[in-house]
Amino acid sequence: MGRVLRTPLGAAAAGTVAVVLLLAVLAPVLWTDAANAVDTGQIQQGASADHWAGTDSLGRDIFFRVLVATRLSVQLALLATALGVAVGLLLGTAPLLLGARAGRVITAAVHIAVAFPGLLLALFFAVIFGVGTTGGLLAIGFALAPGFARLTHTMVAGVAGLDYVAAARIAGVGRLRVLFRHVLPNVAEPLVVNATVAAGNALLAFAGLSFLGLGVQPPDYDWGRLLGEGLGAIYLHPEAALAPGVAVVVAGLAFNLFGEAIAKGVGLERRLGTSTSRFRRRPRVAPDPDDSAMLVVENLSVGFPGTTPVRGVSFSMRRGDAVGIVGESGSGKSLTALAVSRLVEEPGIVEAERLSFLGADLRAGEHRRLLGTSLAMVFQDPMTSFNPTMRIGRQLSEVARHHEGMDRRAAMARAVDRLAAVRLSDPERRARQYPHEFSGGMRQRAMIGMGLMGKPALIVADEPTTALDVTVQRQVLELLASIRAADDVAILLISHDITVVEQVCDRVLVMYAGRIVEDLPAAELRTGARHPYTKALLAAVPDMTTDRELPLTVIPGRPADPANLPPGCAFAPRCPLADARCATEDPELVENAGARVACWHADVPAEVIS
Amino acid sequence: MTAAVSAPVDHPWGRFALRRFGRLLVSVWVLVTAAFGMIHLIPGDPVRGALGPTASQELVEARRAALGLDQPLWQQYLDYLRGLFTGDLGVSMNSGMPVADILGDRLPATVELAVLAFALAVLVSVPLGLAFAVLTRGGRRRPLELGFTSTSVVLAAIPEFLLAVALVWIFSVNLGWVPVAGRDGPSSYVLPVVALALAPAAILARIVRVETLTVLRADYIRTARAKRLPSRTVYFRHALPNALTAAITLGGLLLGALVAGTVLVENVFAWPGLGSTIVSSILAKDYPVVQGVVLVYGVGVLVVNLVVDVALALLDPRSTIREG
Repeated sequence: MGRVLRTPLGAAAAGTVAVVLLLAVLAPVLWTDAANAVDTGQIQQGASADHWAGTDSLGRDIFFRVLVATRLSVQLALLATALGVAVGLLLGTAPLLLGARAGRVITAAVHIAVAFPGLLLALFFAVIFGVGTTGGLLAIGFALAPGFARLTHTMVAGVAGLDYVAAARIAGVGRLRVLFRHVLPNVAEPLVVNATVAAGNALLAFAGLSFLGLGVQPPDYDWGRLLGEGLGAIYLHPEAALAPGVAVVVAGLAFNLFGEAIAKGVGLERRLGTSTSRFRRRPRVAPDPDDSAMLVVENLSVGFPGTTPVRGVSFSMRRGDAVGIVGESGSGKSLTALAVSRLVEEPGIVEAERLSFLGADLRAGEHRRLLGTSLAMVFQDPMTSFNPTMRIGRQLSEVARHHEGMDRRAAMARAVDRLAAVRLSDPERRARQYPHEFSGGMRQRAMIGMGLMGKPALIVADEPTTALDVTVQRQVLELLASIRAADDVAILLISHDITVVEQVCDRVLVMYAGRIVEDLPAAELRTGARHPYTKALLAAVPDMTTDRELPLTVIPGRPADPANLPPGCAFAPRCPLADARCATEDPELVENAGARVACWHADVPAEVIS
Repeated sequence: MTAAVSAPVDHPWGRFALRRFGRLLVSVWVLVTAAFGMIHLIPGDPVRGALGPTASQELVEARRAALGLDQPLWQQYLDYLRGLFTGDLGVSMNSGMPVADILGDRLPATVELAVLAFALAVLVSVPLGLAFAVLTRGGRRRPLELGFTSTSVVLAAIPEFLLAVALVWIFSVNLGWVPVAGRDGPSSYVLPVVALALAPAAILARIVRVETLTVLRADYIRTARAKRLPSRTVYFRHALPNALTAAITLGGLLLGALVAGTVLVENVFAWPGLGSTIVSSILAKDYPVVQGVVLVYGVGVLVVNLVVDVALALLDPRSTIREG
């Protein structure tokens, strides 16, 4: 509750609700006489100092009548809501109380009833219960009931399936007792929130009913009644219609917003603190500028407000290269891949001293066609990476249609051809299917096929096998390898799995906290790794010789938080070799004999660590 | 997917159509029974209520006989069903006119109002929601987002009959641009249609924006961008259909609510449609007419729901399968 009041909207809504409730209690006591005072000399007058909202056909003061009508309007709304909640609870818990069969009939009836708008239900019930205050009350209460019944039913079904409820039932606890002790307390919160919103709606609905002349009858009056009477004289003095109208809107809105504020307050999340750590520029350690390089990345950084998850990454790739980037989640490897493909979206900012692909400077210009045809992406989750509302063939063929201006038929023919190339059986039929008709492995192959629609020089594969099971993983990796061999396509493979990278790639980049900490040939991974983090990653992989009696090796500590990095080496807090220098000075990435490493203790033999 | 048993029924579309049609039939049956039962659920004698306490007993008896209320209940139910199939909905207790004629006379005005208002709401809200999603995605332009959200919340919360009153005050009373009431010429349509359309448009625009924001974060949008498609292709072909699936579900509910809203708006504007008919008939206790209008509204809502489900199935091929 305190949290609700602390938001400006919640506080305003709560304040208005309080004022409305206070008026409902006090206004009839204070102003009933003023509201009923007939003044035949002042009939149908406009606003004046004596009558702020004018007078009605008997010369009664409309402003006071609106204030006094607060009680009846609010009272009826709350009663109708209470009735709706009570009937809704009864219907919604029926399956639990009466058993499955009777429950199913009631649930089906509720299901049909909620399909009709509340006002139509209210009119239907108004016919049965008759015109008037009581009839309107029953009508709106029953009209609200199906909505609450469905809410209750959904919530109860969720709770009733829980273990402790089942346990209570097995223990022989009666149905009513299960309902009151175990189920209702758990669904109370959303019910209260919805009831508050519903009170607002009931208020509006009652105003509508009275406005139509089907609700409150004279000499009683509520806001809807006053509005209906005022509308007839809207040419003479519009205040008579506007004053009750404003009252209805303000009160209805207050209840609605109050309910929503409670709902938000219940599920309020702590806002993430934003750090102000600035991206530190470091002296660059660039590989030799290589003219045959297809992709050159120099001092690449990716920044978001408050953090810099990629800090000064440099590497280059030639045609047909297979480079892997490994690291824990949060190391910046995926962002590096997205930055290379120019897919980082605002508010992310990509900076680089050099970012060139096939000779084009990617920092300048769109390069839509070049990237669309020569750079292919394969993403982690094939289940979500295809558009669920478009056929696979069309999703493939639109690449060729847009970038090469092919007509529909030719583009589709190529799509079928590429689906065949990634070894999907019956590609013609597959092209006409939707993504949900494909298995995960088939989708990932189709995704690779989509990359082959152009003439790719580079395939960036971001965790392409993580979401797949092991046998399918191997098929996908083999497919990538065969494409690479056949067409001299380079592959940039992002993975947290160092053994996958070791199998597929010929060079491995190890990233930690947004930096490359080691760069070495894949063949030397097991023997030549020099960074303690690389060694720790390797040690964490169990193999046939791992002693299964011992717990699996893990890297102690947590991955570095890019928003809050230590002043020295980012790995120092988790590193067994760390000393005073590591804590204060960040080691540079130093090249030595075809490999690069960033560690003050790069020369300590592996045995000391493991 | 599923094992092929018999070709036509096993086809997802065939199964979907069968199941959906079956549901419609059950709902219509419930509706018809409710409309029939309504008159019998009214406490006391509805005919005596309608004719008033001063009417002679002979007149009441004669009217009961004319309405068939002296028959056993099951006989009345069967007669009622038979009447429905032959287009006979009974006669008005007040005017003696066939209910079917009254409905046929009044229905077009209401349908016009609802269809125009819904079309206006959709035409305004979908581009608006999409544009605001693109403009405010990723936390951009916070003030714009705040303005959009608060405006739509307030507009959506004001009931249409109050909006109608405010519109009458501004545009008819003060500015004198359009007539205050009635259905006479194109200018008389403006206020009722706008009054009906504003709230659904506000809700729909908000939903379209939220849904579009969710869709824009989806992996397949990243895929579409990775294909370097032009922005308009990404937004209109990849994002919009996915954002619309949720918007259509809600749009259907809104159209249903809009049908109900016509009742109030018609009464504000003295619009000669079903809405003013049902209110005057309830007040006059002319139950056969009320029954007929309830049936028409109910069938209208059910048909809208059916259209929504079919549209959803067309837009999102998963929904046909998901239901099973």
